[in-house]
Amino acid sequence: MISKAWPNQNLIKKSFPIIGMHCASCARLIEKKLVGVPGVVACAVNYGSEQATVEIDEKVKDKDLANAVSDIGYKAVIEAEGEKTPDEVKEGVKIEELKKLRTKVIVSAVLSSIIFLGSFPEWFGISLNPFVLWLLSTPVQFWAGWEFYLATWSGLRNRAASMDTLISIGTSAAYGYSILSLFGITSGTYFDTAAVIITLILLGRFLEAKAKAYTSDAIKKLLGLQAKTARVLRGGREVDISIEEVKVGDLIRVRPGEKIPVDGVITEGTSSVDESMVTGESLPVDKIKGDAVIGATLNKNGSLIFKATKVGKDTMLSQIVKMVSEAQSSRAPIQRLADSVSSYFVPVVLMVAVAVFVVWYVLGMPLLAFVNMVAVLIIACPCAMGLATPTAIMVGTGKGAEKGILIKDAAALETAHKIKTIIFDKTGTLTIGKPSVTDVSDPKTAEIAASLEVGSEHSLAEAIISYAVQKKIKTHKVTGFKAVPGAGIEGTIEGQKYFFGNRGEKSEMVQKLEDEGKTVMLLESGGKILGYIAVADTLKEGVSETVGLLEKRGIEVWMVTGDNERTAKAIAKQTGIKNVMAQVLPHDKADKVKEMKSAISHKSSAIGFVGDGINDAPALAASDVGIAMGTGTDVAIESAGITLLNHDIRSVLTAIDLSRVTLRVIKQNLFWAFGYNATLIPVAAGILYPFTGWLLNPALAAFAMAASSISVVGNSLRLKGVKI
Amino acid sequence: MDKTLTILGGVSLVALIWWFFFGKREEVIIVADGKIDVLVEGGYKPSVIKIKKGQKTIISLLRKDPNSCLEEFILPDFKISKFLPVNQKVDIEITPDKSGEFGFHCGMNMFHGKVVVE
Repeated sequence: MISKAWPNQNLIKKSFPIIGMHCASCARLIEKKLVGVPGVVACAVNYGSEQATVEIDEKVKDKDLANAVSDIGYKAVIEAEGEKTPDEVKEGVKIEELKKLRTKVIVSAVLSSIIFLGSFPEWFGISLNPFVLWLLSTPVQFWAGWEFYLATWSGLRNRAASMDTLISIGTSAAYGYSILSLFGITSGTYFDTAAVIITLILLGRFLEAKAKAYTSDAIKKLLGLQAKTARVLRGGREVDISIEEVKVGDLIRVRPGEKIPVDGVITEGTSSVDESMVTGESLPVDKIKGDAVIGATLNKNGSLIFKATKVGKDTMLSQIVKMVSEAQSSRAPIQRLADSVSSYFVPVVLMVAVAVFVVWYVLGMPLLAFVNMVAVLIIACPCAMGLATPTAIMVGTGKGAEKGILIKDAAALETAHKIKTIIFDKTGTLTIGKPSVTDVSDPKTAEIAASLEVGSEHSLAEAIISYAVQKKIKTHKVTGFKAVPGAGIEGTIEGQKYFFGNRGEKSEMVQKLEDEGKTVMLLESGGKILGYIAVADTLKEGVSETVGLLEKRGIEVWMVTGDNERTAKAIAKQTGIKNVMAQVLPHDKADKVKEMKSAISHKSSAIGFVGDGINDAPALAASDVGIAMGTGTDVAIESAGITLLNHDIRSVLTAIDLSRVTLRVIKQNLFWAFGYNATLIPVAAGILYPFTGWLLNPALAAFAMAASSISVVGNSLRLKGVKI
Repeated sequence: MDKTLTILGGVSLVALIWWFFFGKREEVIIVADGKIDVLVEGGYKPSVIKIKKGQKTIISLLRKDPNSCLEEFILPDFKISKFLPVNQKVDIEITPDKSGEFGFHCGMNMFHGKVVVE
């Protein structure tokens, strides 16, 4: 430790990692350099933990420290305070705003309560001098309510109006009218009305801002998954560096229980990895050398070394965050009406308020004319309309991301529940996409076949060998191995010559297996068939269950494949799919989708296509809702509206359900927002007065207006708890 | 007399409101060099931005208005939503691949403008 501290100085202690030290003398060198920086009074660099700790006065900038360290060939990783992410800036501003708003709400609530109590001596027995009421309401009007004036002024300069315009005009009218009455020009004071309106609207804004913060929780949660540091192997040693410093090609060590910092490929070790937080896949996935790992997932039990392949904004997590935030910024088609109404809303309400005043005045009730005009200005709530769709989309897409369902835009989320026809690609979507052994006549056949296949390069050999490994079947040495093109393979084991392929007479059993769409290979020796092995691409878990549930909902399910009719029908039978399009070449899939689209006349029905792989991209794009399996390529994901990261075919149903519940909430919100304004504006205008004698007190109007925005946000937040 | 004056006054006020808000001429700016500054103060100045199809354009937003209504800038057709800190320039980049009119608005959908792609 090098120190030049002296007492009574205001010092800050700061620690940060240093990269690039080779020995203890490096640490001393850095200490000397850092303590030479003006304002640094003490410095200790620990070579073991690769950390520097400095005591500095407030004037020392992070940049000065970083530059000093880099001058001598090392690197200091200091979190620069000036380089906050936009989200952090927003968070900071929001916290500050909420604090200010809270103070205003508390102060104006206290003042408004006194004003209110003092305004109705007949109810509360307290009588306050009108001039005292004026004095008390002035800070509420011009301090707490100052933001309404500011916003109104800046809007008017631009010939635009907002909710603030309505509030400032409404409360100023009540406040101004009351002052005139103090001097005998008018009668009656409404200081209480103005103060209570401002307090309630501010309280509404405060609660709304708090609730709105929860709607963007999903992104925060996703970002929170990110590991902060990575243990990189450099120069034969393991060095902890910040995640931003990791480069493609770095070898990274992950111990059991640690998070995998970035995307990569395992080069050493085996483990099972919990990927649920990113992909929604519920079971841990076993990983061996050569397997891909995803950043932000949790390494469970083994120690791994992997090579970083994607870092920074290219990692899967960053891509997910980008996609979710883009989807949340997109516009749902259903929002268009609210969009067009909101452009006219405030000016129209201003005109209605003037008309209300005129009508009541002409009817000979000047006081009602005034009160009703203020009530109309205050009750109108354009905010609820503006919040109705975006808040629900935000919560809905966030909920999807939590379940491994990535939604590209609001339009896809809105359309998915309209799917009346769904087309599944077969290979890789309904099936695993890799052949595996399904039937074996007897263990001896498997033993001989596996031994022969060791030397084969045929695509089915892999299936048989992995079957043998899995069943722990021992293999024998083969001599005279030969591949017979188009027929099979032959070889000699322990002096006996075998042939394994499609040659020979097929038994009834073999015929039956072939009818099921399986590829059957026969083992023959000396002209006699010894046994058979059937290989087929197997169905993914949950396929028939999903097909059944889709049909139960009245959705027509189709399968499209390049396979021949017989294989296609066999697979379709296993899945329960009744409609099959076989022998469809990859580039024709999109045409098939278009054909079906044109056949549907009903506009409210949509066609969904579920697929993976590059050759599905045109079909995914051609459908109304493209759903890509997460195992698919990036291209497929680009062309799809919805991506199922969890590889689970059952999530097709979840996605449709998510769309349905989100749409329901949007419709409820819009109905509420439009219904609220359409009903209460006329009530505030006094339309019920001639029939029932009902009028809306402007203070009550303020309460209703504040409650309406909050209830829309609250209704959207309800989506978080909905079970799908 | 009173009533007549009130009616006349009311009608003129409604007409004035109509003229004031709906009769304004939108300020249109044609972007020539791929960059445009937009002032966010009581709305967007300019509020109509014309750009060419396929042309990469940077819209540089400067919010001077503390009104929280304007804190968010949303251009939904381009999936853009940006938080605008007061007195701090925020750049957004777009390269439109189709022509048409694409509206943008504030977080509360109160203030509007549009990008016209030709």
